[in-house]
Amino acid sequence: MAKFKNIYNNCMNKITSSGVVTRKDLWTYAMLAVIFVAVLVSDSLGLLTRQLTSLLVPVCCYIILAVSLNLTVGFLGELALGHAGFLAIGAYTSTLFSIAVQDTITSVWVRFPLALIIGGVSAGIFGLIIGLPVLRLRGDYLAIVTLAFGEIIKTVATNITVDLSKTTTTSSGAEKVVEQGLFGSAGLKNAPQDSTFIVAFILVVITVAIISNLVNSKYGRAITAMRDNRIAAEACGINITYHKILTFVISAFFAGIAGVLYGHNYTIFKPSTFDYNMSIEILVIVVLGGMGSIRGSIIAAIVLRVLPELLREFSDYRMLAYSILLILLMLINSAPGLAGLRAKLSIKNAYLSIKNKVMKRKTAENGGETHE
Amino acid sequence: MNKSPNKKPKLVPYPSNSFVTERDLDKPPVLETVHLGIDFGGLNAVDDFSILVGRTEISGLIGPNGAGKTTVFNLLTNVYQPTRGNIMLDGYSTAGKTVAQVNKMGIARTFQNIRLFSNMSVIENVMVGLHNRMPGESLLSSITHLFGFSKAEKEAREMAIDLLSFFNMQDLASANAGSLPYGAQRRLEIVRALATNPKILLLDEPAAGMNPSETHELMENILRIRDTYNIAIMLIEHDMNLVMNICEGICVLDHGKVIAKGTPDDIRNDPKVIEAYLGKKR
Repeated sequence: MAKFKNIYNNCMNKITSSGVVTRKDLWTYAMLAVIFVAVLVSDSLGLLTRQLTSLLVPVCCYIILAVSLNLTVGFLGELALGHAGFLAIGAYTSTLFSIAVQDTITSVWVRFPLALIIGGVSAGIFGLIIGLPVLRLRGDYLAIVTLAFGEIIKTVATNITVDLSKTTTTSSGAEKVVEQGLFGSAGLKNAPQDSTFIVAFILVVITVAIISNLVNSKYGRAITAMRDNRIAAEACGINITYHKILTFVISAFFAGIAGVLYGHNYTIFKPSTFDYNMSIEILVIVVLGGMGSIRGSIIAAIVLRVLPELLREFSDYRMLAYSILLILLMLINSAPGLAGLRAKLSIKNAYLSIKNKVMKRKTAENGGETHE
Repeated sequence: MNKSPNKKPKLVPYPSNSFVTERDLDKPPVLETVHLGIDFGGLNAVDDFSILVGRTEISGLIGPNGAGKTTVFNLLTNVYQPTRGNIMLDGYSTAGKTVAQVNKMGIARTFQNIRLFSNMSVIENVMVGLHNRMPGESLLSSITHLFGFSKAEKEAREMAIDLLSFFNMQDLASANAGSLPYGAQRRLEIVRALATNPKILLLDEPAAGMNPSETHELMENILRIRDTYNIAIMLIEHDMNLVMNICEGICVLDHGKVIAKGTPDDIRNDPKVIEAYLGKKR
């Protein structure tokens, strides 16, 4: 046992000593890898229902959304209520691009990365446009403005028509119209379905890597310092506005990336899906997973997306069960009265107490031996 | 110029009605304020504050409660924009600069009520102070943790440990800053301010809440900082023992106005100062 622990510690130290990955992040990556393998194995064994396989890409989407929103809400400490707006921008710009170039760029491996860049960058630009004036102010202005922004994007999308329909002649000579493009409130139609679970998962890993790397760098220290004590951070020479805008733009960029995945998965979606409720849903995931905890965001995103589908059998009581579970989780997570219970349930504490018991027994045994 | 036989340096009059230590006379002053003033509504919080701080001078700013001492610090660091007057830091005006820019120009400060990043570790607090001294860590290397990230991070860590060991705090490096005892928190604030590589260090009541032995240690530390880093230090303090012992020049504020300037001995015997602290003789 001790030998195993030594080997484990040596390995960990070797990996983390280079400074590229911290020990905490390593656990996050390990968790992601386990989830990935579990999904692939159970899918190949046919354990996953159609319902669940159709959820795989959306869950990845929500993980990216939650992790990126966590950067703004958890690490920067600014409330943002319009994450669905950035998702919508990413989804619309990228799918319209993909539809437009579908015939000229036929390879998915060229088209999809381009769509990712276009979706992410355009969401990032909107993040910059919002962040520049708003993040100079102190207080809850960002919450108000992003809330309005989400609604504006939704309303604009319902009133825009970009008709990219094509007429194709079938073999019999008859002309057939393929409806493609954005049709106002009827939504976007017939985008190419380019997202797959593997691609979505790779994007999740990239997002988690970039955001946790950022958090563990001098920028991350500056951001958390600003959240802890703005005045002191400023007195340490940290440019508050620059770091706030930078963080917000990165957060918006990844929401746009999630939008690209979303758009190329559903292929048909209405603007009304990107409403206030969706932004709140992402915020709930972040709060439930724990502000400032990337691993927590990942777990909460999976649980909160998969659970409603699993509870579909009790469809009448589904929303009831969902909300009760939310309340219970919140209580267990943060109620001060339950601190004792939390300590009892905590895996870390359980491990420590077992370790202590083992140590005690060992010393007792050793003591006994010496007496003999 | 004759060297004064006393241990305390002699003060020499300067054109702007201020004094500078003889030692620093051949160098340009690190900080000069000219007729500095700020109004809050109709209240003249600080008025006609002119002061000169020599390159390696330890100066004190004293005065009764509410005299405007912390307001002066807030003016010097541009937390407040002055209504009147000008601040020259190392020959450059700080007018219109942000707090962060003024810090980069060379003013670092501590706070009366301790302002640490209490959820971060001790070393991380110091590394926040080192933020602008880590050009090796760009945004690209931060998000990839490649391209010289480890090197920059390692250098910063070593620098932070060096600074901490100056106060014998290197063993506390990984402790949570919020869980430190009071005296250590005050020291950590000074280390963090020093990490920004200042030309002048402003200490706002560094000895507040300290016992006599801690205060004595603080006095030695302040002198050591000055001698090691060759910077000027300006401090607000109510502990007269500390002020009279280590300050070379003292400025007394009352109701926002400078009522006396000079060496500790001058100040101690100044009737205006005694009046401000103890009231008028009847």
